Amino acid sequence: MITLDSILETETTSSSKLLLEADSLACIRDDRLLFENLSFGIHSGEAVVLEGRNGTGKTTLLRILCGLRRPDEGEVRWNGESIERCTTEYHRYMAFVGHTDGVKRELTPLENLRVLQTLCGKGNLSIEQALEAVRLYGFEDVPVHYLSAGQKRRAGLARLLVTDARIWVLDEPFTSLDREGIKLTESLMDLHLSNGGALVMTSHHEVNLLAPNTQVINLSA
Amino acid sequence: MSVWSAFIQLIRRDLVLALRRRSELANPILFFVMVIVLFPLGIGAEPNLLARMAPGIVWVSALLAALLSMDAIFRSDFEDGTLEQLLLSAQPLPVLILAKVSAHWLVTGLPLLIVAPLLAVFLGMSETALGALLISLALGTPVLSLIGTIGVALTVGLRRGGVILSLLVLPLYVPVLIFGASMVDSAATGLSFSGQIYILAAFLALALSLAPVAAASALRISLS
Amino acid sequence: MNIFMKWFHRLGSPPWFYNISGKLIPWFAVTTILTLVVGMYGGLILAPADYQQGDSFRIIYVHVPAAWMSLFIYIVMAVAGAISLVWRMKMADVMLISSASVGASFTFIALVTGSLWGKPMWGTYWTWDARLTSELLLLFLYFGIIALYNAVEDRQTASRAVAVLTLVGVVNIPIIHYSVEWWNTLHQGTTVARMDGPAMDSSMLWPLLTMAVCFKLYYIWVLLVKARAELLSREINNGWVRELVGGKANG
Repeated sequence: MITLDSILETETTSSSKLLLEADSLACIRDDRLLFENLSFGIHSGEAVVLEGRNGTGKTTLLRILCGLRRPDEGEVRWNGESIERCTTEYHRYMAFVGHTDGVKRELTPLENLRVLQTLCGKGNLSIEQALEAVRLYGFEDVPVHYLSAGQKRRAGLARLLVTDARIWVLDEPFTSLDREGIKLTESLMDLHLSNGGALVMTSHHEVNLLAPNTQVINLSA
Repeated sequence: MSVWSAFIQLIRRDLVLALRRRSELANPILFFVMVIVLFPLGIGAEPNLLARMAPGIVWVSALLAALLSMDAIFRSDFEDGTLEQLLLSAQPLPVLILAKVSAHWLVTGLPLLIVAPLLAVFLGMSETALGALLISLALGTPVLSLIGTIGVALTVGLRRGGVILSLLVLPLYVPVLIFGASMVDSAATGLSFSGQIYILAAFLALALSLAPVAAASALRISLS
Repeated sequence: MNIFMKWFHRLGSPPWFYNISGKLIPWFAVTTILTLVVGMYGGLILAPADYQQGDSFRIIYVHVPAAWMSLFIYIVMAVAGAISLVWRMKMADVMLISSASVGASFTFIALVTGSLWGKPMWGTYWTWDARLTSELLLLFLYFGIIALYNAVEDRQTASRAVAVLTLVGVVNIPIIHYSVEWWNTLHQGTTVARMDGPAMDSSMLWPLLTMAVCFKLYYIWVLLVKARAELLSREINNGWVRELVGGKANG
């Protein structure tokens, strides 16, 4: 991790800037009201963990936050502007890891990430550095379908590192990772937060982050 | 990170993917050839009859082959989540869709043009008719791909999307079929077919400008 | 409760629509039946028989208004689709999907009456006449819309998908229509008699126009009834529907 620290530029300023803002969101799915009047802000350096039973709309909320789905009521704001109005700008600074890994099986991790960079822009880390950070270095030229499920997931998580994403939206990021992989992911999250990034996530596992600012939102309530 | 480089990169990616899944590459062509072989078996191999029906046969088969291959344009991207990544990219979605359609056409549409001469021989078409057939396929099959993309974008999340896709898309294919087949027909009977070229080119221009936008909004709806 | 009120305000207020439409339905029902009686009497009894076609021409009193309606309803649906996509108005979704089956029915009636009329005229039930062919393709477009709506599970997603499809269709309808017309002039050797000749005696014309008005009124009547039912099933979990059914529905 020390090597990574030196690679990443640390942003000391604007440590508690409001990045993303959810304003009185409501969502109806299959004619059912999942949540309403949901408001919260995500500041830089802050982690937001969504909790709630199955079917309370955690995944749906994440999809709303990253702009895949429109809320039925309310809006999501990035730097004070509705993400519907600054979609491309927002998507450059947001990365989403969902239930699927978002990598193509026939392509190598290197090829996958290269395409992603042309779509979403480059960040501070090179692809090789990102793959090293998720301990996939040495596998960069192996087509993803030769990798194990856990390695594939790590290739998916490497997507977070190669762009300039300030906001990470993570839906069950620990799926199919082993204990070491979970620890690794958590340390990457901590690093991201300490560099002024922010994240929103759901998880069935317990999340152990060092970050002092962790907000828990319970959707079952 | 310009739009143009994203466009090129995405086409490249899809072509590489097609190469690595080589086995699927031949399917639309095989289908195209087999449907055409079925016609003489069904209606009889009388040369005059075949030559008379050849334009329609080739075009109907091309249309079905195009339809059959359409489903694959978003299927695997949808399953592995890369389609979501396209929607979340910092590039305009219609441009990305245009890239995907282009790559898809290169893999499924262009081969139809390559095997067309062989089929012209099967059906006893003249050389002028073959020329017209190639031009009409070159102009018409991209329109089929573009229109089909809208249909696939609407049905991508559905389990039984395939049947509905044909219901949605086939009526929209009719104008291309009419002008494509009539172009070959005109050529076969020695008439001028420049009018049909212009009309097919106009369809292509219209489809190129409107279909990616429609498909983009359809995709956003399907994946919401 | 607050948020429900806000939706109603923004989404064209379903309870308001439900109340108003309930009051309007009897009026449309009565006027539909009135114009139907008047139009039928005028068309079947008062209007003279055609000197060429005899009494069989009288089928135009159903065929022509139905054909008009088939296109009219599609255009209404496209407008509703545009409203639904731009302003995300829930009522527009309801109108669109409630219209689809009515439009398909009118298209089907136009096709059946057209082919029945064709039997004495052309000696065959089906001829690849440009109008009949276009009408058939229009029927397929309607079927596509209905099939897509039924295939998508989430009703809101389904509505918006259908809105896009309807708009794509409305761009294509003129292209399909003129392509088919051009194709028809190319392949049809014999000239086909047009159903509505340019010169029509006023004693024949006014029943036709009355029937056209009747069909429009019928459409609005059925649309309101269907939209109310659709609305109730969509809003089943909302307060006003619960109140309406006396708290019997439990979400």
